[in-house]
Amino acid sequence: MRTPAVLSVLGEDRVGIVAAVSNALAESQVNIEDIRQTILSGIFSMTMLVTVDEETVPFEGVQARLVEVAKALDVQITLQREDVFRYMHRV
Amino acid sequence: MRITPEEIAETLTMVTQQNLDIRTVTLGLSLGDCATDDIDVMSTRIYDKICRCAEHLVPTAKSIAAEYGVPIVNTRISVTPIAQLASACKATNITPLAVALDRAADTVGIDFIGGFSALVHKGMGDGDRRLIDSIPEALASTRRVCSSVNVASTRAGINMDAVLRMAEVVKETAQLTADRDSIGCGKLVLFCNMVEDNPFMAGAMHGSGEADAVINVGISGPGVVRAVVASLSPQADLTEVAEAIKATSFKITRAGELIAREAARRLGVGMGIVDLSLAPTPAQGDSVADIIEAMGVKRCGGPGTTAALALLNDAVKKGGAMGSSSVGGLSGAFIPVSEDQGMIRAAMTGALTIEKLEAMTAVCSVGLDMIAIPGDTATETIAAIVADACAIGVINSKTTAARLIPAVGKSVGESVEFGGLLGTAPVMSVNEWAGTGFVRRGGRFPAPLNSLRN
Repeated sequence: MRTPAVLSVLGEDRVGIVAAVSNALAESQVNIEDIRQTILSGIFSMTMLVTVDEETVPFEGVQARLVEVAKALDVQITLQREDVFRYMHRV
Repeated sequence: MRITPEEIAETLTMVTQQNLDIRTVTLGLSLGDCATDDIDVMSTRIYDKICRCAEHLVPTAKSIAAEYGVPIVNTRISVTPIAQLASACKATNITPLAVALDRAADTVGIDFIGGFSALVHKGMGDGDRRLIDSIPEALASTRRVCSSVNVASTRAGINMDAVLRMAEVVKETAQLTADRDSIGCGKLVLFCNMVEDNPFMAGAMHGSGEADAVINVGISGPGVVRAVVASLSPQADLTEVAEAIKATSFKITRAGELIAREAARRLGVGMGIVDLSLAPTPAQGDSVADIIEAMGVKRCGGPGTTAALALLNDAVKKGGAMGSSSVGGLSGAFIPVSEDQGMIRAAMTGALTIEKLEAMTAVCSVGLDMIAIPGDTATETIAAIVADACAIGVINSKTTAARLIPAVGKSVGESVEFGGLLGTAPVMSVNEWAGTGFVRRGGRFPAPLNSLRN
């Protein structure tokens, strides 16, 4: 099952955030479909639209891997199923 | 259409800073097939059925919350009104069935189970009577069981004999749990026009018009709405306030609808309803009173409160009705005094009185909720307060309820501490000119003319 999801990263800017997050996603067979990233007053903010291949790595497996990355980078990372955004913001 | 970063940021802010959550995922479960004439066998069947059917409830709710990034605060179960099962046996004490419910709730890992209930708005059957007689002991000897009794309806009027009997039961329950600030009464609600699909405690039960098992969901608490109202300019007019609440209600109802569908799908049961009630908790900011004050009322309970609450309740329904095709349950703001920091503050300062709460009952769902009153309040006075709340519901064809706690050994100025979600309640003063003679007349308060609709 291929599940669309939204990944968001928020934290102090530093070298290697995009690299570390993308690496972790690649290892988990998560495909990146769109990336938007900005830095506002030193705060790194990135949202990614991704597709999780749950047959290879289950959703919670990807989340667990991202928790490790978030700890190592000291940033906040959330991965949520895309439906929640579609439901809340589209009639 | 793709989701925009602004929409993503808004949702994340709602979760991380404004307490967007799902207040409850409640499994409604029929226990009709557990009925038998031997109460011990019935207890075993009830325990086994709940444990079997609800085995995956808590783990499923946990995974959904993690995957969608929306916290699910409570996971609960509502069951067939136990009075219906009580009528199948001859036991005079129905407490063993409450104990079975309590054990099952513990095993499946939920904090409350609702349905130790009876519907006696027109008359009281033998099973109903035995259940009602057992309520004080049942609530004193269990932790998770909630009880509710429907004593009035628009179609039947008010069963005043039942109201007076339930006032006695409230007093007995207070007495039996006197060592814990009469907490038993916090788990006992008296209803007018009770609904069959309410997911919220303490009044949840699984009605006879429902399927065998169903998932009902309660939307996010008042925190998100308060944040939106507080962010408006003080010059924003009331149409703008209503519009902002409506838009927020739509979003939180959509989140509720999504979680309800997904929980129902994963558990292999039907989706029931999304309940639009804003249910406060003792957490800071998670308060209906704070929304009323953010709208511009100096202190909840002051003049303007009823109008503000009516506007809030209506706007939440308008946004919510658009967000879900299965709106149901109580779907009206809750104003429990002990569970809402703003209500507690208002009651402590004297701004909020029982009479004002009664007026507020007319424009929200369950008005007289979690109100501590002096332990020596007369049974007839309690019955008269309940009759007033019921009359509002009967005449206006709406649900009303009363959850009063006559705190044994306590008087006005003191407070009761229940801890956890049930909170803290200041003991409020009761008008001493009660309709004692009125409630002692008993009989049935006739159904109003507007019950004749056919």
